[in-house]
Amino acid sequence: MKSQNVLELPARPFSRVVQRVQYRFWFWLGMLLVTIMAIITVAPVIWALSTSLRTPGQSFTLPPKWLPLDPDFKNYADVFVKIPLATYLMNSAVITVSIVLGQLVTASLAGYAFGRLKFPGRNMIFSLIMATMMIPLQATIIPVFVLISRLNLADTHASLIIPAWATAFGTFLMRQYFMQIPNEFEEAAVIDGATNVQVFSKIYLPLAAPGLAILAVLSFNTHWNEFFRPLIFLTTNDNFTLPLGLVTLFGYLGTGSVSVVMAGVILSLIPVLLVYIVGQRYLIEGIAMGGVKG
Amino acid sequence: MQVAKPTGPGLLKRPYNWIQEDSLAGMARRKALMGYIFLVPTMFGLMVFTVGPVFVSFALSLFSWNVIDPPEFIGVENYSRLLKDEVVITSFSNTAIFVFLTVSLQMTLALLLALAIQQKIARWLRYTYRTAFFIPLLTSSAAIAIVMAYMFNKDFGPINYYLGMVGIPRVSWLSSSQVVLITIVLTYVWQHLGFTLIVFTGGLGNMSKDVQEAADVDGASGLRRLWHITLPMLSPTILFAAVVGVISALQIFDQPYVLTRGGPGDSSRTVVMVIFEAAFKNLQIGYGSAIAVILFLVILLVTAFQFWLSKRWVFYQ
Repeated sequence: MKSQNVLELPARPFSRVVQRVQYRFWFWLGMLLVTIMAIITVAPVIWALSTSLRTPGQSFTLPPKWLPLDPDFKNYADVFVKIPLATYLMNSAVITVSIVLGQLVTASLAGYAFGRLKFPGRNMIFSLIMATMMIPLQATIIPVFVLISRLNLADTHASLIIPAWATAFGTFLMRQYFMQIPNEFEEAAVIDGATNVQVFSKIYLPLAAPGLAILAVLSFNTHWNEFFRPLIFLTTNDNFTLPLGLVTLFGYLGTGSVSVVMAGVILSLIPVLLVYIVGQRYLIEGIAMGGVKG
Repeated sequence: MQVAKPTGPGLLKRPYNWIQEDSLAGMARRKALMGYIFLVPTMFGLMVFTVGPVFVSFALSLFSWNVIDPPEFIGVENYSRLLKDEVVITSFSNTAIFVFLTVSLQMTLALLLALAIQQKIARWLRYTYRTAFFIPLLTSSAAIAIVMAYMFNKDFGPINYYLGMVGIPRVSWLSSSQVVLITIVLTYVWQHLGFTLIVFTGGLGNMSKDVQEAADVDGASGLRRLWHITLPMLSPTILFAAVVGVISALQIFDQPYVLTRGGPGDSSRTVVMVIFEAAFKNLQIGYGSAIAVILFLVILLVTAFQFWLSKRWVFYQ
């Protein structure tokens, strides 16, 4: 019987019990905090959505109604009548898509140069480009504004598009992706007689597609929501982007038609939500790499 | 490595120049040339729209210029003027308070949330939470500031309504000069918390499992483990998040512009708002540039401080 005694586990010491209780306590405290914060975080969006579905007369009823049980979609029609929302949407789409496409071109070219080609001064030029990421928009906006005025581009979409094409972050991102690809692909292609340009466009570019996706998703999100540059560069109402148009609407409608304003806000959210649903993997990865501004 | 094609006599006779040379060296030269050509769009864009303008900003800050008349050189007068300008001084102190409150709140909340989400919970639950905290990152700061303006409304806003339910009297979120900065901090943190959370979750995920297991074996738990193991190991991530947070908060503009236009009085006027007003409303290009140069130098200083600190204090594995 002695041997059995040795094998028997000692009774659980009191300190173990305390530890378990402590662990439970921290676990549930953590879950409580996360849940409360998650509700607070989602609340403004839900409130905007449910308010956008109420008649303007009911928009400020208290207690707040969170569930639009009796939805009224009239505000969504109104917002197109009260402000040129279709124009704003179109402007935002044209500007954002042009910036995204331009950035994909410049960043994949520069990223390829830094990631796969050797040339004198490569590392020095790369460091200089990375250093430009430290320059805030506000330190350059005044000279850029003067420049675009001189080029007669003031109050045009081009004034927002062209200066945004070159991207230091995008260059960095694409360089990382091009560097990760093994050499074997290139060697096989060269033996088959591919030219340098073909090696880039047919071999490496398709393999760097995830990098392109990250850049596209992040850039779309940033420029769709951009407010500071449009506010400064655009003056004619018909040229306004969606955020600028909404702020203008908010300014002159006051508190009278909250529901209409909220309908506009919700409409502005839809494209970025769609991009999130399609490309959330890329978006999260990109943000983790530090690609967020503002 | 690529193998050079054998160069036969026929090839040697062909007229070739330096770049077309059919050899390894020629191939390297062609690739180098391709590299330079590929850099042209990015280099051109960054030179014309980022690097050049920084120098022009410095130069413009020494002039008095209203865009219409020719600029007039006035030396450092813009700088001596801004040192005495009440509005500028207020805007810098507002921004400093804002940055301090924002970054401390954002870091504390994000750290607590990251630790809580890291716990053993169902995958779908973790996914739901992550999505919830991610949504604000997708929104336009201007559009969301509009929503917040209604939420914070003194008389009809839901926030005061719920505070009233727990017995807190109505707060003048947007019209009291003592409160308005807090309102902007809350609006800003609401939108940026998700970013810091992603950074911290990534940092916790990358932490070495060995050390964690060693801590388990030693029975280190709860606060002691957080303080002695998790936080020191997370210090590079914390420093990164803090510096990114400070730099982005220093550039605050959208939220106060939409919510208050800097009011009441100057109590929510930030540095970028003053730059915007000076340069684009009052057409004082030189004066606006001088304020922008100061902001730029502050941001550079923060970055330099990060480099210095990361060598001294941060724990790297």
